[in-house]
Amino acid sequence: MISNSKEVLDFVDRLVRIDRLGAEKIFNAVREQGSMSRTVDQLILPALEVIGNGWEEGTVALAQVYMSSRICEELMTHVPPDDAAEHLGNLPMAIAVLEDYHQLGKIIISACLRASGYSFQDYGRVTPEELAQKIVEDSIEIVLISTLMLRSALLVKEVKDLLAKSGSSARIVVGGAPFRFDPQLWQEVGADAMGANATEAVAAIATCMSRK
Amino acid sequence: MNLKKGKPAMTSMERVQAALTHQEPDRVPLSLLLTVHGARELGLGIREYYSKAEYVVEGQLRMLEKYRYDFVNALCAAALSLEPFGGEVIWYEDGAPNSGEPFLKTEQDILSLQVPDPTCTPSFVRMLRAIAMLKEKLGDEVPITGVVVSPFSLPVLQMGFPAYIELMYERPDLFERLMQVNQEFCLAAADAQIKAGATAICYFDALLSSNVTAQPHLAAGFNVARETLAQINSPKAIHMATAPTLPVIEDVIATGSAIIGVGILDDLVKLKATCRGRLTILGNLNGIEMRRWTPEQTEKNVKQAIAEAGPGGGFILADNGEIPWQVSEETLLAVSDATHKWGHYPLCHEAEI
Repeated sequence: MISNSKEVLDFVDRLVRIDRLGAEKIFNAVREQGSMSRTVDQLILPALEVIGNGWEEGTVALAQVYMSSRICEELMTHVPPDDAAEHLGNLPMAIAVLEDYHQLGKIIISACLRASGYSFQDYGRVTPEELAQKIVEDSIEIVLISTLMLRSALLVKEVKDLLAKSGSSARIVVGGAPFRFDPQLWQEVGADAMGANATEAVAAIATCMSRK
Repeated sequence: MNLKKGKPAMTSMERVQAALTHQEPDRVPLSLLLTVHGARELGLGIREYYSKAEYVVEGQLRMLEKYRYDFVNALCAAALSLEPFGGEVIWYEDGAPNSGEPFLKTEQDILSLQVPDPTCTPSFVRMLRAIAMLKEKLGDEVPITGVVVSPFSLPVLQMGFPAYIELMYERPDLFERLMQVNQEFCLAAADAQIKAGATAICYFDALLSSNVTAQPHLAAGFNVARETLAQINSPKAIHMATAPTLPVIEDVIATGSAIIGVGILDDLVKLKATCRGRLTILGNLNGIEMRRWTPEQTEKNVKQAIAEAGPGGGFILADNGEIPWQVSEETLLAVSDATHKWGHYPLCHEAEI
């Protein structure tokens, strides 16, 4: 859902110009008019979707996507939570990268998730064994895995197999360059969904939730 | 032997030089950035393969003969650029080494960063020795590619991309400091490779794209590129990994680079129309997807790329970056076979695509 209201477009403009104060002013104005969940649904999510689409279309740079996500995350941390978490459900969720120190994708997705009102475990950089073990221990139902290298993307298959052996039915959402460049790869490694960008990743979570 | 069409067979060097001067050589030159695959040729582990210059040379020569391409290189991985700075490199059994934990964590780390001498680092010394040995064996018949990570992209490995983006926005003073140190290091690394026998230097910069970097930092990156490349005394190529190049192609041309390495996000037809006679295109087979290509798909993709960008010269068929370990020998042979089948000038299959 995209709302192209003036407020959203103004907010997007402030975000991509990395104007923290300007973005905060618009955020506070919308927040004062309604609940946090309404602010998320009508301002944050549409703005991040516009910015994500802008990146796909080549009008927004990855650096702006990153900084916008961080600003939205910061704005969300400065307001008391209300019913934002409630409307998203209480789904045990986690995010990780596999054996890779390139964490930009994970940080962008994490910021978007927090800005969207989701709570989740951040497992950081882990091996497939460590990830599967943590998923089982924490009874995680959805795990997001961000990758940069093909080698890391192929390790998702190991995670899938380890989870199956452990009896876990956790859904796996993957993202990152290898999956963008090979559209069949996410299915090959046994993932349940693929997000080409942060917005798609959030949408993929919703899809997985609806299938539970 | 390249006797299939009317043009006389050329050496790889002559073929590449013709492409760079926007003339049609005997056939489209082929560049496959094969690094770790040399270990497979010798039956060695990847780390062991890179432990001796002799192994790398033997691996490159065997692959040159097997895949009949037109470039050799002694490159291990971009991550090795960290070793002179004391950074961590992580080795794998089934892929190129990767950079470890970022080592620039504080303002003081950046302020106290010194320009290391790359020729004092064992892995770099081995690479220089391999270049020299390749030069001795191949003379001027086959181009030897040297590689540097650009001063503008190196901080991604040194401090992590997220921290680097924030630094660009929030600490222009530290950004300048990093550029000074990295540029001096980059020039020393390029100079050493040229002296060892490298024919050309590939300036690897994944950040020089409007898809990755926003203004005014993108302009700063091109300033660094222009300044740095002007001081490298050899033909130069810019490679942006998988980032789209068309939106910044005029800036690339302004750097004086002879070649632009392009990825699959670029439209070869549009790019060729823009670059014709001005900049040679190197690309853009999908190295990630390549591991699942059938022989038929391989031939179709090679044929299409040649038809789109080959006419008139100025084109080198290549992958869109380093070819992953998981791409099979059969597929690489199919790429080579298709290039030798469809790449001869004058091209005769353009209308079929």
